Amino acid sequence: MGVSITNLSRSGLSDWLIQRFSAVILAVYTVFIVGYLLSNPDLSFAQWQELFDCTVFRIFSLLALISTIAHAWIGMWTISTDYIKPAATRFAFQVICFLAMFVYLVWGIDIIWGV
Amino acid sequence: MNQQRPINLDLTKFSFPLPALTSITHRVAGLILFVGIIFLLCTLSDSLESAEGFAAAKQSMTTGFGSFITWGLLSALSFHFVAGIKHLLMDMGIGEGKESGVRAAIVTIIVSVILIILAGVWVWA
Repeated sequence: MGVSITNLSRSGLSDWLIQRFSAVILAVYTVFIVGYLLSNPDLSFAQWQELFDCTVFRIFSLLALISTIAHAWIGMWTISTDYIKPAATRFAFQVICFLAMFVYLVWGIDIIWGV
Repeated sequence: MNQQRPINLDLTKFSFPLPALTSITHRVAGLILFVGIIFLLCTLSDSLESAEGFAAAKQSMTTGFGSFITWGLLSALSFHFVAGIKHLLMDMGIGEGKESGVRAAIVTIIVSVILIILAGVWVWA
């Protein structure tokens, strides 16, 4: 097969490691958020805002956002190379995924760090 | 090359082993979550905007059509989470054999079904 030029790190082994590392970060973030929401069933706006005002949590959220994007890129790339045979269609799918991820990143940063 | 060799790539005729089915479901759940980020970011943005936005986000996530999106995304997340942990265990050599792989797939399905039911209880009860 040809040389891969669209995978995240240009190396399958490195992609493999990034996928695992980002998965662990996302798992920890998910457990934290679900645990926080379950332990605050009557969550108020003030409490919610206070959580997102905390710099540590903002950094944690940004880490989770970046992990989501890296994780999703590797996942979508794997799906597209496994199931979409025509090169043009596959590339179009990857371009759409890239644009969506770019929007998620900028929008997400705006939400997390925007006042 | 033998041109008469049997070629059968009709996926509907394949009989998939259970680990293959959990694997494809893991991928489908991942795709659903990727699209679902739109809803999550919209809701997060509203919820942090103002007290009214927070109330509206809570309302839309827990009532009507929105509650099904919430439950659907929680379900996809549940399965993807459990199947992802199975992947990490397989990286360590656990549950990657022929029999142990099937057992791991069964455990993955049972645990995620329980989580999906609990997610429904969380959203609607």
